[in-house]
Amino acid sequence: MDYFFTEQQQMIIDTAREITNEKIVPVRAELDEKNQFPREILQDIAKADLFSIFVPEEYGGFGGGCFEIVLALEELARGCVGVATSFAASALGIFPVMIAGTDAQKQTYLPDIASGARWAAFGLTEANAGSDASGIRTTAVEDGDEWVLNGTKQWITNGGESQIYTIVAMTDPNKGARGASIFVVEDGDPGFSYGKKEDKMGIRSSSTRELIMKDCRIPKDRLVGRRGTGFITVMKTLDMSRPGIASLGVGLAQAALDEAVTYAKQRVQFGRPIISFQAVQHILADMAIQLEAARALVYGAAKHIDKHPKDMSKVSSMCKVFATDMAMKVTTDAVQVLGGYGYMKEYPVEKMMRDAKILQIYEGTNQIQRNVVGQELNKEYS
Amino acid sequence: MLIIETEKCTACGVCESSCAFGAISIQGDCAVVNDSCTLCGACVDNCPEQALRIEIAEKRIQADLGAYTGIMVFAECRHGKVAPVSYELLGIGRKLADKRGVRLSAVLPGSAVAAYAADLIAAGADTVFLAEHPVLEQFHEDVYARILEQVIREQKPEVVLAGATAIGRSVIPYVATALDAGLTADCTHLDIRDEDGMLLQTRPAFGGNIMATIECPLTRPQMATVRPKVMAPALPDLSRKGEVVRIDVPQHQAQSKIEVLETVVNTTDQVNIQEVETLVAGGRGLDSAKGFELIRELAAELGGAVAASRAAVDSGWIPYPHQVGQTGKTVSPKLYIACGISGAVQHAVGMQSAEIVVAINRDKNAPIFDIATYGVVGDLYEVVPKLIKRLQEIKK
Amino acid sequence: MKIIVCVKQVPDAKDVRLDPKTNTLAREGVEAIMNPYDRHALEEAVAIKEQQGGTVTVLTMGPPQAEAVLREAIACGADEGVLISDRAFAGADTWATSYTLAKAVQTLGNFDLILCGKQAIDGDTAQVGPGLACRLQVPFATCVQKTRTISAEAIEVERMMDDGFDVLRLPLPALMTVVKDINEPRVASLKGKMKAKKADILIYSAADIGADPQCIGLAGSPTQVVRVFSPEPRGDRQIFSGSVDEQVDQLVACLRAHL
Repeated sequence: MDYFFTEQQQMIIDTAREITNEKIVPVRAELDEKNQFPREILQDIAKADLFSIFVPEEYGGFGGGCFEIVLALEELARGCVGVATSFAASALGIFPVMIAGTDAQKQTYLPDIASGARWAAFGLTEANAGSDASGIRTTAVEDGDEWVLNGTKQWITNGGESQIYTIVAMTDPNKGARGASIFVVEDGDPGFSYGKKEDKMGIRSSSTRELIMKDCRIPKDRLVGRRGTGFITVMKTLDMSRPGIASLGVGLAQAALDEAVTYAKQRVQFGRPIISFQAVQHILADMAIQLEAARALVYGAAKHIDKHPKDMSKVSSMCKVFATDMAMKVTTDAVQVLGGYGYMKEYPVEKMMRDAKILQIYEGTNQIQRNVVGQELNKEYS
Repeated sequence: MLIIETEKCTACGVCESSCAFGAISIQGDCAVVNDSCTLCGACVDNCPEQALRIEIAEKRIQADLGAYTGIMVFAECRHGKVAPVSYELLGIGRKLADKRGVRLSAVLPGSAVAAYAADLIAAGADTVFLAEHPVLEQFHEDVYARILEQVIREQKPEVVLAGATAIGRSVIPYVATALDAGLTADCTHLDIRDEDGMLLQTRPAFGGNIMATIECPLTRPQMATVRPKVMAPALPDLSRKGEVVRIDVPQHQAQSKIEVLETVVNTTDQVNIQEVETLVAGGRGLDSAKGFELIRELAAELGGAVAASRAAVDSGWIPYPHQVGQTGKTVSPKLYIACGISGAVQHAVGMQSAEIVVAINRDKNAPIFDIATYGVVGDLYEVVPKLIKRLQEIKK
Repeated sequence: MKIIVCVKQVPDAKDVRLDPKTNTLAREGVEAIMNPYDRHALEEAVAIKEQQGGTVTVLTMGPPQAEAVLREAIACGADEGVLISDRAFAGADTWATSYTLAKAVQTLGNFDLILCGKQAIDGDTAQVGPGLACRLQVPFATCVQKTRTISAEAIEVERMMDDGFDVLRLPLPALMTVVKDINEPRVASLKGKMKAKKADILIYSAADIGADPQCIGLAGSPTQVVRVFSPEPRGDRQIFSGSVDEQVDQLVACLRAHL
């Protein structure tokens, strides 16, 4: 379907596609097997200026919006969701600064992010605070000219690889939802260290680590936004980043569909290519239909968000749920179409199926997303 | 420029179908030519109304054709050995010389190579021009070019042949440009046109999808490079007589601007199988690592490299860089010999664009035979040794 | 450092076939691309520029649509593009092409290094690089697989031979042709693509470069195509029969005929 991209949008798509075809696809199986962080590929992505897409022009960026990020992520995900996640997580990590930071903070961090000289990561989740973000226990206490942070973040994407971490900590534990604030912790800050790298089912090239803050001391000016507005910034951050995750699902599903159709045309059983059997054709048709529907929803949501509406949560959550559930189904179906070969690591679809699962879980589980949609509907109709 | 006489053109379309480049088409009631035209003249010859002609600025007459006679071959020497292609050039050179009724000579530059002159004479050269100097031990582009240019200017051969080797492909185009001579690279076929004695040079283009025959009507010498192993080598005849002429290499001619700092010779494991023209591949049918000794022997005989199917690599018989297939490398050599490889699609996708595929397998139903140009159904441990032996016999 | 890269726009060779019935090149859906070897030459030039400072000028001889590869080159790091285009260049063989390129290089002025791809995938001759070196009277090396060091005075490279490679030191100015192993070309950046869109491409006609009409195009080409035809189809599959000796004999006979 033609989505009538502008010239600039097409340029972004073409550039990301070239990275996928030339740099990601040839090595994705090896990265997955070796649990290896795609440092070189991220450097290629940086050199191609893709990190600058979401940074405003005055800070050295391309000045694109949510839609442009979605287009880039979709193409990169077609190559490997692990690599695309590493890219996306840097955007996620710096969004709080872009949303609530001072001009000085933006000047400090955004140009490096745009050039790919430094990467970011978002530190919210803790062992006892997943879906229930308000359960975080990391604290930040003022001490003279500094803040002192104590606590441990869990399952942080790009943990140990990034240089810039936006950490959500409780500055006033007794104020509940108004008690959290966001801070920038940098690699090398005293008292800041990393846990071991997690061994995951999928997106294995992405680095997932604990962040450990033990009397971690940072300068006063590292507070992002007003004290106590932490959760508000988090919500805005996630509203903006969800379409990105959704587009990972779209790109992943597209790759899976491509593999499945190509295979079905080549594989001959009972004297015919299996694509000529209606049973197989219907699977492929349903895959294609759901994929296109997801794509249209994600693009629509991204464009909606780029108009900076008052309410973006419902649309943002809808596209995340739909596209990621779709990706899980489509990748599973792809393995089915490839049959025995689909189960073997020699073929790329089993990795795609393993990669798809996390999309339904992180950045807000699809159950939480449904909560959001439900609550929004409730508000809308009152 | 292609001139179309619009009054004569009947828009019959014969020109459009005879154009190999899609450069001329019928638009409305007349033929129209576009920028893809190479002025090859095919449409002019075929036009039934003679409505087409080619007008060009008059070509400079660049050579007094009658003053050039004889066939000359560039005999390359490297690391103390005359390159085998030199004998192949003498083979075809002799045929061309006999057809033209002229002499065949060879130019042999090197540092201490006088002893090889006799071999070149036995292989058909009537004269060997020997250029010896220590600087010629290494290939310095500028010195070799100067010497070849000088010999050609002095001897005025009508045809110069060289191997399309690393050395040949580097120095011969330089020399051809210096001589204002036409050069055709990688010829697979050479012949003399009976009517006028012109050299007809045939070569592949577009990666081998198209063949073209080329001539040099107005310039001399007519120069051509030939790929190794395309032409048959001359059979040595030790009774042949010939003369050896020493070429002086004065010091100022031996000065090179290029310094050769180091020479590195590849070990077999460093060979990139994607860059090689001949591959001999072994698969599960070898039954053991030892089978690769036979594969290596056949590869060496053909001047090629060794490849393998995934089964062989997984069994630890040969390292992964040799693997061809879906999870290995994709290769498109001129010749791919698959020994004991079933030819399942995962392997086939890595080698099916080879120009010639030879399959040797004891299972006549193996899928490899569906994509093989030539198939031998048999035990590779019987077939391959015999094949090696036959190839060795031919070489002699 | 002033670096010049010669590039060519070519049809994607693997897709070109001759239709045996009409003897026409089937060109439906064949893309025009930058000659892959030239892409590597460009990448090497840009890498040297990033290291040594200077400019990279990209040159191509071609019809007006060849401008596209110059813009692609600018998107990948070249500073400027020059299109040498004139109807009089049509039908040029490698002799006339190297003449034309040399005239253009001389019009551009002094240079330190010229980089070319080893060969164009449509002609496959690998002749223009050395021919250009001859006309410009500069030392040259073909099939360079690695640049070891470079300074303002000289360049040290690994030049492939049939059995390995030699390490050469060439004084500048010099010319080299490169093979694909030399580098991994970068993906064109967004900034590069935008720069390429806005770039002013310099166009030289035959007159602009002072070309002798008898040395360009078909007039200047010593070689001439007599005939174009399809290679022997290798569709004829032969499975031999007989004793092992007989089969091997047949196989060898067939191979000799083909090779």
